[in-house]
Amino acid sequence: MNYSSQSVAKLYFIAAIGLFVGQILFGLILGTQYVIGDFLFPAIPFNVARMVHSNLLIVWLLFGFMGSAYFLVPEEAERELYSPLLAKILFWVFLVAGALTIVGYLSVPYATLTKITGNDLLPTMGREFLEQPTITKIGIVIVALGFLFNIGMTILKGRKTSISLVLLTGLVGLAVFFLFSFYNPENLVLDKYFWWWVVHLWVEGVWELILGAILAFILIKVTGVDREVIDKWLYVIIAMALVTGLIGTGHHYYWIGTPEYWQIWGSIFSALEPIPFFMMAVFAFNMVSRRRREHPNKVATLWALGTAIMSFLGAGVWGFLHTLAPVNYYTHGTQITAAHGHLAFYGAYVMIVLSMISYSMPLLRGKGICNGQKSQNLERWAFWLMAISMVFITLFLTGAGILQVWLQRVAVTPMSFMEVQDQISIFYWLRLIAGLIFLIGLLAYIKSFFVKNDDPVQA
Amino acid sequence: MSRFTKNSSRNLFYGGSLFFFLVLIGLTFDTMGGLSKRDHRENITPQVAQGKRVWEDNNCVGCHTIMGEGAYFAPELGNVYQRRGPDFIKGWIQSQPTGIKGRRQMPQFHLTEEELDAIVAFLKWTNEINAAKWPPNVEG
Repeated sequence: MNYSSQSVAKLYFIAAIGLFVGQILFGLILGTQYVIGDFLFPAIPFNVARMVHSNLLIVWLLFGFMGSAYFLVPEEAERELYSPLLAKILFWVFLVAGALTIVGYLSVPYATLTKITGNDLLPTMGREFLEQPTITKIGIVIVALGFLFNIGMTILKGRKTSISLVLLTGLVGLAVFFLFSFYNPENLVLDKYFWWWVVHLWVEGVWELILGAILAFILIKVTGVDREVIDKWLYVIIAMALVTGLIGTGHHYYWIGTPEYWQIWGSIFSALEPIPFFMMAVFAFNMVSRRRREHPNKVATLWALGTAIMSFLGAGVWGFLHTLAPVNYYTHGTQITAAHGHLAFYGAYVMIVLSMISYSMPLLRGKGICNGQKSQNLERWAFWLMAISMVFITLFLTGAGILQVWLQRVAVTPMSFMEVQDQISIFYWLRLIAGLIFLIGLLAYIKSFFVKNDDPVQA
Repeated sequence: MSRFTKNSSRNLFYGGSLFFFLVLIGLTFDTMGGLSKRDHRENITPQVAQGKRVWEDNNCVGCHTIMGEGAYFAPELGNVYQRRGPDFIKGWIQSQPTGIKGRRQMPQFHLTEEELDAIVAFLKWTNEINAAKWPPNVEG
């Protein structure tokens, strides 16, 4: 660690990992409710567990992005963070707001939560992923503004590199598009149209800039490849991400009451969306094979390569699988979507945050540039357990989805939704088992931070 | 690749993103212009609007899909008006949870008669949006 103010990143990363554990526990509750329908009912109905699962994911990824920025930006700008104190204050504000929101979800019926938080004044609640009380959303905006100010001032007063500018562009985009969460018209079609300006333009748009910048940063560090080369790749990759992803938004506008020309625009551009992810995989492997140094933090390199591969599979391949309008006509809103969502989020955004944590945590904890051999070995086990179990979760959900599509939408005599769910329950059982293995991987991951009497890294 | 410098790639990024963002804005204006023919917004009565609020205030989308978006735990409701009809919808909501062992359970939301009528009106309006013939059949 070159600048002492980078240490604020540690707080953010610890919170991120803690919330990640919570997310997975609620994921297991959901997986169980898919096969034992009344599990934990009425204490935790499915919709409540799902809100907690998806909102924890969003919040901990945001913690991860902010932590990554606080670590990366001073190093790139070659100066201390503009205000470490502001970063610490915003951390606690965000953590308390997030915790209160989750407690709210779990302790009172959602309708009560909408009332006591004054949703009537500015109704924004009750929409997928945007379930947070309006006051929490306002809090998110305030935290984001303070964070961007802090990061922006640091960059402004220091060295301006392509990586930090791309990261900043992505983070500003994140904040700007979140503002659409405050627009909730009475007209459901309009509501849905601009809801995607938060959701799609985040995960298939500006978040890819954040992903690319963090990946480029790690690759510079672990490979020692010339910055000029890395920057060139980074710009081409994120150019392709936005060139395909912006109009790719159209793949959400097939069946929600929007004009039918979106079937053509959406199909063509979203079919190209795997290109930046494919390039990212080529980029990562290329840089590692052209490395000019042997960085002893081998497991961080593994995470970075893993991110490139898994994001290509999850976002690229599994996205393409159901993105063409004639296919999507049958798969829209089925377990195919769930399969894609899981592998894409894990492969792209979870793994890039874990890559950054893997690279930076030894430095932040004063252990030198890498953990010892035992710790790295355990983290490697965790990497593979989580990656492989997530691939299996995806495969089982895909199996469930294909059968669901067939029985409910293609067959000569279509079955009802619940009849179909009974028919495909074997896949849900298998998914639950894969989920348990994921939890084991996550526990191994956490344990890797607490290895005592570690050996030095083998060359 | 040698003549393709870092500057070219940066220009590709700024130029490409800006261009396609403007295309997205353009398509959005066009969509907004013609949308009223498909979303039959003239039929959004105060009751339909209230129904959407009831839908949101009880987080229905946390289990169900509506026009294919939402959670995949419970049936599609964008066309439930056509599949089940108004009386079934109201009766179903009122009779929850079923309490059948091992089955997926829907909470009791204690909706008033006015709220029940509003949610039915909202689901009827939603059912009549022109959604390019989706879903493929009545099962959703």
